[in-house]
Amino acid sequence: MIIDYVGVKEINGSLVVIDGVKGVSFEEIVDIELENGTKRQGRVVQIDGDRIVVQVFEGSRQLSLHNTRTRLTGRPMEMPLSPEIMGRVLNGAGKPIDGLGDIFPEKKKNINGTPINPVSRIYPRNYINTGISSIDTLMTLIRGQKLPIFSGSGMKHNELAVQIVRQAKISGADSNNFGVVFAAMGVQNDVAQYFKKSFEESGVMSKVVMLLNLSNDPIIERMLTPKCALTVAEYLAFELDMHILVIMTDMTSYAEALREFSSSKGEIPGRKGYPGYLYSDLASIYERAGMIKGSKGSVTQIPILTMPNDDITHPVPDLTGYITEGQIVLDRMLQSQGIYPPVNVLPSLSRLMKDGIGEGYTREDHSSLANQLFASYAKVIDARSLASVIGEEELSPIDKKYLEFGRYFESTFVNQGNNENRSIEQSLNLGWRLLSHLPRKELDRVDDKLLDKYYVEK
Amino acid sequence: MNSNCIYGINGPVVTIKGATDFSMMEMVYVGNERLVGEIIGINDELTTVQVYEDTTGLKPGDPIVGTKAPMNVLLGPGILNNIFDGIERPLSEIEKNEGAFISRGSQVSALDTQKLWDVTINKKIGDSLCGGEIYATLPETEIITHKCMVPPYLSGVVTYVAQNGQYKLFDTILKIKDENGVEHELTLCQKWPIRTPRPVKERLTASVPLITGQRVIDTLFPISKGGTAAIPGGFGTGKTMTQHQLAKWCDADIIVYVGCGERGNEMSQVLQEFSELIDPKHNCPMTFRTTLIANTSNMPVAAREASIYTGITLAEYYRDMGYNVAIMADSTSRWAEALREISGRLEEMPAEEGFPAYLPSRLSEFYERGCRAQVLSGGEGSVTIIGAVSPQGSDFSEPVTQNTKRFTRCFWALDKSLAYSRHYPAINWMDSYSEYFTDLDPWFEENLGEEFVKYRREISALLAEESRLMEIVKLIGADVLPDDQKLVIETARVIRVGFLQQNAFHNDDTYVTLEKQMLMMKTILHLHKKAKHIVNAAIPISRVIELGIFDKLTKMKYDIPNDKLYMFDDYIAEIDEKIATITI
Repeated sequence: MIIDYVGVKEINGSLVVIDGVKGVSFEEIVDIELENGTKRQGRVVQIDGDRIVVQVFEGSRQLSLHNTRTRLTGRPMEMPLSPEIMGRVLNGAGKPIDGLGDIFPEKKKNINGTPINPVSRIYPRNYINTGISSIDTLMTLIRGQKLPIFSGSGMKHNELAVQIVRQAKISGADSNNFGVVFAAMGVQNDVAQYFKKSFEESGVMSKVVMLLNLSNDPIIERMLTPKCALTVAEYLAFELDMHILVIMTDMTSYAEALREFSSSKGEIPGRKGYPGYLYSDLASIYERAGMIKGSKGSVTQIPILTMPNDDITHPVPDLTGYITEGQIVLDRMLQSQGIYPPVNVLPSLSRLMKDGIGEGYTREDHSSLANQLFASYAKVIDARSLASVIGEEELSPIDKKYLEFGRYFESTFVNQGNNENRSIEQSLNLGWRLLSHLPRKELDRVDDKLLDKYYVEK
Repeated sequence: MNSNCIYGINGPVVTIKGATDFSMMEMVYVGNERLVGEIIGINDELTTVQVYEDTTGLKPGDPIVGTKAPMNVLLGPGILNNIFDGIERPLSEIEKNEGAFISRGSQVSALDTQKLWDVTINKKIGDSLCGGEIYATLPETEIITHKCMVPPYLSGVVTYVAQNGQYKLFDTILKIKDENGVEHELTLCQKWPIRTPRPVKERLTASVPLITGQRVIDTLFPISKGGTAAIPGGFGTGKTMTQHQLAKWCDADIIVYVGCGERGNEMSQVLQEFSELIDPKHNCPMTFRTTLIANTSNMPVAAREASIYTGITLAEYYRDMGYNVAIMADSTSRWAEALREISGRLEEMPAEEGFPAYLPSRLSEFYERGCRAQVLSGGEGSVTIIGAVSPQGSDFSEPVTQNTKRFTRCFWALDKSLAYSRHYPAINWMDSYSEYFTDLDPWFEENLGEEFVKYRREISALLAEESRLMEIVKLIGADVLPDDQKLVIETARVIRVGFLQQNAFHNDDTYVTLEKQMLMMKTILHLHKKAKHIVNAAIPISRVIELGIFDKLTKMKYDIPNDKLYMFDDYIAEIDEKIATITI
């Protein structure tokens, strides 16, 4: 028997309280119909006996205490899935908005997903060649990894993400099996358009699923966007054996939506007003990357987040860094010097790279070279801070060499065109050319055999 | 009373209306899928349950069934070489039943109930047994003998003994009659509540070091068997890497590795690496003496809270058999955050940063469970706790780091700038400390000679001196320093690069014996002493540096294999020889 509950007890932000509800289950989806015929959906977020709290996805505008009819659907939030979903544009809650009609579902899946059993995971080892020197050499992206871009407003994270998509697709025999799931959370319309245009221009649009929650769309819908996107990605990867790259931008907007929701629910805030469960919530998104036994596909995530005030210790980048397997940090100073991509290599890191590079994967000198470049560049920073106190002239000859190395490192290695696709060989050789600016005795991270083979002193 | 049913649901917290007959910390089954939960609050109006699994789809009115016992784990053979979730459910069994994704309400036994074990019973009818006494042994893996013990607090006279032979987990192999005349059947396993420490006969002092083969730890900041250590560090500073290295190389008999709220891929890496890594001491895979508890960050938060206790209970169980156990908890901050999350759902009054006010007492309860002790069966065993801490925003003044610091005696602070320059292990030698020196120094002096402690003091003094000098160098550059200070900086560089920095991926360098550590220190200090003579004779330090011996010493960790320690004599001879060329 289907019962409609007329009216609500209380409205607070996007939350409504309904009394006298029977047979409701936690996280169930409800349909809400207004008197004027508009339909909305909501989710049960709290139950106290026969009183339930419902979160309305489209917001509570126009709702009054009497003008609604609420109906329980008996199901948690599910996402309709079929192979035809490729190339479609959906809203943040997974409903098509490209005017091509509903998706005819082959199956439906709970958007919350279920955790992957750690025993069933395959440890990711295949590297993705992005054609970007700094990333390939120093923070190699591995298939099945989650590697976020820590950026700030006004920086070129979107260009970088597009370049990675464009260049990463052409790696090896699996290029037909490559797909992109793009989730926009609270981004401006222009940004969404930019991504769409870039995907079309590079001819991958038929392989892209877009979920758009723009900055003027309801925040409650924003909380569903990454979950819907990852449900699509998991379906494509683990059931259709595709290699899926998930780009999620901007995770900070997502976390802010969560904060808004949490405070309207009256929860006790943690750091900077974010709810105490922000870590668990972000983890339930990021951990949905990987590869599993019994499937050829993979889910690789590149979440993009803007650090408020470029502060890497802000809760969102901080907690993200603790969950993801490394990070690519962009730097405003580099960008203002005209360097693209403005990757600040020292705080950047890829945790999975050590097992996906070297002999048999890239080249035997890769890990030593990367270590040496990091160590030498760290000394460049020391030399620079010394130079800013005592002046460049007063530096010791070796410190001057480091300054020179630093300049070349930034202008030729980190810097590259946004259509320039460098092979891993090119990038590694470029790295060795840079090291030739330093005397051999400074290279303490590389053993003699490799130095003999690759190092040429200037 | 079967009328207990769900009234309210808020995330992992479920409430029951009205008075119930549940007791605090009782384990319950929630809903028709029988999700595991625990009673965490009772008053005459509401009983609060925390549920260890996802609560989506639960309905008010669903039944809650009590078990009349607190949350407990099954202890018996089959724990080693296995991987469990936070409440001791075997993940590989779950995989067999359910595939790659973990669904809810899995009902699997923690340990294999069908496997036959080769049991040898060493008691006979009429023997009187007390709590903790060993009554049977069986080979659990090729290298570890499992000892079946009488549960603590139970004692009596043996009334039945089975033949030696093959038995399953729940087969009765012994019966004892206690003083009240009640007969108890003993099997190969027992149960123990996870939040209660297992008793020991007597706690012993921490006088034996846990040898890890990591130079910066063994030499500068040693930890004892039965000690406690914290490894705090922001993301990317190598907490997990350090934990892995310690797990692989420390000289504990048994390793319990708890992945608490960490990455799934990391756990699959541990699984793979540990099964591939051949233990040099026993010549068989590492996993034969390891048990893993994996509660990744996306698995339910309440089980994350329990996983730490599950881990330490398993560790204590093996300690009671007389083994030295090391437990790695990665990371205790995730556990503290789980406490915070649940506390928030209960609408408790928060203390610092939203953490509950009972955070320090929970932390101290946990770390106090680490000890070296005389166990009930008479032998000696230890549990060493090494907990990683992930401070928010890499700020060591946050509550979890600060409170952990109060309850651990080793503090290995990982440093971001060291990690950025890829100096691993990134343990900062100025911020870290160990309080075990006084307890351990007699051991070092006895086993390695008095020089070891002397060398360590000299090395620390040089590093402290360097860090003071670096303040000046940062302002005016190294060129203006007098030669004796330049020498300190040069020697300290050798210590940092050649000694403290250690390459986990290098065959010889990943584990270094104490003898080699001592010889390395000796060689470095020898050079320092010789060079100091030169400087005192007013000969420029640059002439010593030109000889290239400082650079040679930075590479001795690679150039001298672990089995050719006599090469150090050649090094010392070479130093003397080369220095002699200058004085002439």
